Amino acid sequence: MSHATPLGSLVLAADPLLNQGLDLSIVGIVLLKVVAAFALLLVSVMLMIWFERKLVADMHNRIGPSVAGPFGILQTLADGIKLFFKEDLVPDRADRVVFKLAPYLSLIPAFLVFAIVPIGGDFTGDGTVTWFGERTYLQVADPPVGVLFFLALSSIAVYGVMLAGWSSGSKYPLLGSVRASAQMISYEAALGLAIASVFLTSGSLSTHDIVAGQVAGHWNILATGVVPFLVFLVAGTAELNRPPFDLVEAEQELVGGFHTEYSSLRFALFFLAEFMNVITMSAIAVTLFLGGPAGPVLTDTLGWVWPILWFSLKVFAFLFGFVWLRATLPRFRYDQLMDLGWKVLIPVSLGWFLLIATLNVAGDRGWPILVVVLGGVAVMVVAAAMLSGAVDKARSDRLAGAEDEDEEVDA
Amino acid sequence: MDATVFLISATIILTGAGGVLVARNPVHAALFLVQTLFGVAVLFVLQDATFLAAVQVIVYAGAVVILFLFVIMLLGVDRAEDLGVEPIVGQRPIVALIGASLLGLLLTVLLVSVDGPTGARAADAPLGDAGDNTRRLGEALFTDHVFAVELTALLLTVAVVGAVVLARRLRGPLQPLPVVAVASVVDDSSAPDAVEQEDGIHEAMDEGEGTT
Repeated sequence: MSHATPLGSLVLAADPLLNQGLDLSIVGIVLLKVVAAFALLLVSVMLMIWFERKLVADMHNRIGPSVAGPFGILQTLADGIKLFFKEDLVPDRADRVVFKLAPYLSLIPAFLVFAIVPIGGDFTGDGTVTWFGERTYLQVADPPVGVLFFLALSSIAVYGVMLAGWSSGSKYPLLGSVRASAQMISYEAALGLAIASVFLTSGSLSTHDIVAGQVAGHWNILATGVVPFLVFLVAGTAELNRPPFDLVEAEQELVGGFHTEYSSLRFALFFLAEFMNVITMSAIAVTLFLGGPAGPVLTDTLGWVWPILWFSLKVFAFLFGFVWLRATLPRFRYDQLMDLGWKVLIPVSLGWFLLIATLNVAGDRGWPILVVVLGGVAVMVVAAAMLSGAVDKARSDRLAGAEDEDEEVDA
Repeated sequence: MDATVFLISATIILTGAGGVLVARNPVHAALFLVQTLFGVAVLFVLQDATFLAAVQVIVYAGAVVILFLFVIMLLGVDRAEDLGVEPIVGQRPIVALIGASLLGLLLTVLLVSVDGPTGARAADAPLGDAGDNTRRLGEALFTDHVFAVELTALLLTVAVVGAVVLARRLRGPLQPLPVVAVASVVDDSSAPDAVEQEDGIHEAMDEGEGTT
């Protein structure tokens, strides 16, 4: 796809390389960005696993990893090397090809999502930095449908989990993977609707444009009115299968969930993918709602460091939050999980989406804003009442039915 | 460049499509279908239709085939099929006939058309810049074609309501399935799979698949 930009040699998107004159420095920059993003993500995963173990240990009043390296910071590396040398098992009844394919279907989407996250760049200008005389974005790619790319990849990630469980040819992984894919599909809807509110506010699907819009105006967490952000947080946590939504690997019921039968390097790939997803989900949340790398540039020299610093700090806050949740909250029950997704998050985010759309139209048409807001709220209250009425009725019917069945059994 | 991408993705699409036909295990067939859908998404990107490419992956690969897999796994039919059995009598000759006539139709169109296939692209450039096609698609859908969109929405709502009605449990104690029906299925040697479906997921787990 070609980009007719006034910036000429701007290295953009996914990627105009062979279209209009191949410049070696452009190839070099693209390669550099890919390698840098990959290395950054791997190192972050290593640190994140250590951080999670250490922080949970602190919250449990334990010490946590402390042997390998200062503060045990190299523990993950040691674990990785150990996994590498372990025996690689494929169960007898496994579907061998799919069994070997599944870890990669988890890992590759986890890495690719990070490619669309802008991790720096001066967004008071056009969000570019200059390397070797070429101006470029600090993100691997900026496809015009960036955020849809994220949604597409997170729906591909479901395959990794689902096929891993199925191909193991064993009970617990199958149950775990059916649970996991049901959960991920359910929460993807809420996640998508929350993101749709961001589209409406920003008027663009490209992550770069979304960040630029937030720097120019309000951050989206305010511009969309907080609710989509909260929905995104809850749905994102569920999408990651993180506590309190980690029924997927509920050890008491499912042994290890979908990856019970995996060992050695393949298990390591799942593990890696899981933590990569935590980091990229945090990065996406920061990009969509908290202005990405936006923040004050406090010094003139090395000004390009500040956006990266702000971005890292914001992501770190999310990572801390995820670990905190894990150390604090007990696991949901399966029916509670589904109730929360389908009966609370999806209606709320859908209603909010409609409200924002109405406000946009009202703004365009010059309708009196107060009337629109009051009317919108009234409609939403009526809809909420009808929905909760229906849910209550269904529940009481179900309970009545269950009592009937009990009586039947007693008789 | 265009030709290279086209050739690669066409290979992906065709091997996927062939795989769907040849694979004996329904799960493998579903995976080949995903491969085909991905290839089509790449072709969309090649045509600068990035929105369609994303939606292709989200909707077809991400939702439709996942549902296929769910059904396959939950019904416990995720094992290799015996091709010696013909589930519906007379199905294969009819399918062969339909396939042959479709192929004939396609060839006729290709041969009879005035210029024949030229291989040239219908459009040389995107209408707007690459990010613009989402906007244009939205405008077209919600202005010129809004009636069709609304009708589709209505259709989907009807489907959802229908699914809920079918899945809804009736009040009162459950009735056991009529014994006669089960017996007739067992007797009917032309439908061996129907018996397996009753045990559903438990049988799938007991037997594993281990057929490849």
